[in-house]
Amino acid sequence: MIDAQFIELTAGNVAFLLIVGFIGGLVSGFIGSGGAFVLTPGMMSMGASGVVAVASNLCHKFPKALVGARKRHRFGQVDVKLGLVMAASAAAGVWVGAGFMEAVRRNYGEAGSSLYVSVTFVVVLTLVGLFVLRDALRAMRKGDSEREETHRFARWVQSVEIPGTMMTFPVAKIRVSALFTLPLGFATGLLASTIAVGGFIGVPGMIYLLGAPSLVASATELVIAFVMGLAGTLKYAMGGYVDIRLAMLILLGSLFGIQLGAIGTTYVRPYMIKLVTAMIMLIVAVSRALVIPVYLGELRVLALAEPVATLLKGASFLVMVAALAVGAIVIVGAMLKGRQLPKEPYTE
Amino acid sequence: MNDDAGRPWGKLIATGTVTAILYSLLFAFEQDVMATFTRTDGLYPLLPVAAAFAFSFSHGAFTGFFWDALGVKARPQAQQRSDGADAL
Repeated sequence: MIDAQFIELTAGNVAFLLIVGFIGGLVSGFIGSGGAFVLTPGMMSMGASGVVAVASNLCHKFPKALVGARKRHRFGQVDVKLGLVMAASAAAGVWVGAGFMEAVRRNYGEAGSSLYVSVTFVVVLTLVGLFVLRDALRAMRKGDSEREETHRFARWVQSVEIPGTMMTFPVAKIRVSALFTLPLGFATGLLASTIAVGGFIGVPGMIYLLGAPSLVASATELVIAFVMGLAGTLKYAMGGYVDIRLAMLILLGSLFGIQLGAIGTTYVRPYMIKLVTAMIMLIVAVSRALVIPVYLGELRVLALAEPVATLLKGASFLVMVAALAVGAIVIVGAMLKGRQLPKEPYTE
Repeated sequence: MNDDAGRPWGKLIATGTVTAILYSLLFAFEQDVMATFTRTDGLYPLLPVAAAFAFSFSHGAFTGFFWDALGVKARPQAQQRSDGADAL
C-alpha cells in the first residue's frame, strides 16, 4: 500500500508529468537551469505536497548536474575548488533547510509545507524574474556585445584581506576570504532545500559577490547542485519523502527536453534566452501566487468558500500550463526559424 | 540533415532497451518499490539515490542518441553554451 502522502498515479497524471518533464527540460536546457522552478510547481499543481515535490525534484536532478559538470569541466569552465568549498556549506544549508521543511510539515501539515514552498517561490521568482527581464531588455537595446566587467561590490569583496581565511580559486581567477563563500554557499543550500533550486542565489552570488566570470559561475554551480541534490535527496529519503515514481517520470520527459533545449540555444541570440527565462519565471510566480489563499484556507487562516478554492486551483493550473506552452512555443519557434536562416552561429 | 550512415541506431536501441526495462520494473512493482524506497531505516534511504543514478545514465545516453538519430544537432561553434544546462 502506498503511503497516503503520495498521490495516486492515473494515466492522466502520468501524461501530465511526461509533458511537464519534457517542457521543463526543454526550458531548462534552453535557459541553462535545472528547470526545477517549473517542475516543482508542476508536481504541486497535480496535487503533490510541497515537501514531496521538492524531495522528488532534488532526486531527479543531481545525476543530471553531475553529467553537466563533467561536460563543462572538459571545456575548462568549472572551478572545482570553488565548487567544493561552496558545496560544503551548501550541503549544511540543505541539511538545515530540509530539517526546517520537515518541522513545518510536522506542525502545519501538507498545506503548511505547500504554503511555505509557494511563498518562497513567489518571492524568489518575482525578484529574480524582474532582474533577468531588466538584464534581457538592456541586452536587447545594446546588442549582445557587452563586455563582462567585475561588479564594484565584487571588487570590494576581493579587496578585503582577512588573514588565515584567504583562498585562491584558479579557474575563476579570484582570491577571496572563505568568510564570504561560506554564507553564500549556506544560503544557496537553504534555498535548494526549500524550492529545489539553489542556483538563483548561487550563480548571481558567485558573479556579483565573488566576481567570478558568468560562464565559470554557471558551470561551477553544477558541482554545487550535484552535492546539494545528493545531500538533499538523502536527507529527505531519511524522512521517507522521495516519491521515486514522480522523480523518474519527470526524468523521462526532462532528459528528452533538456537536450533539445540545449541545442535550441545555438539557434537564437543570447538575450532571447534571458527573455524566455524571465517570462516563464514571472508566469510561474503568478501561478503559485494564485494558490496561496487556498493553502491559507486549508490552514484555517482564511475563510475561503469551496468553489472559490476550486476556481483558484484551476486558474493556477491553467496559468502553469500557459507558462509551459509559452516557453515551448517560443523555443521550438526560434529553432524552426533558426534552421531556415543561413548557417551563421550566434555566439556570446 | 545528415544521411543515415552516421546515425547511432545500435546504441539507441541498446540504451533504449535498458531504459525500457528499468521503467517497466519500476511500474510493474510500483507498490513494492514505493514501500521499500520510502523506508527510513538502515541503508534504505540510499535506494532513491542509486535508482536516480541508474535511470539517469541509461536514459540520458538514450535521449542523446535519440536526437542524434533524428539529425537534430547544435549549430557548429556555438556548442559551449549548449552544454550549459542544469546550472540553476
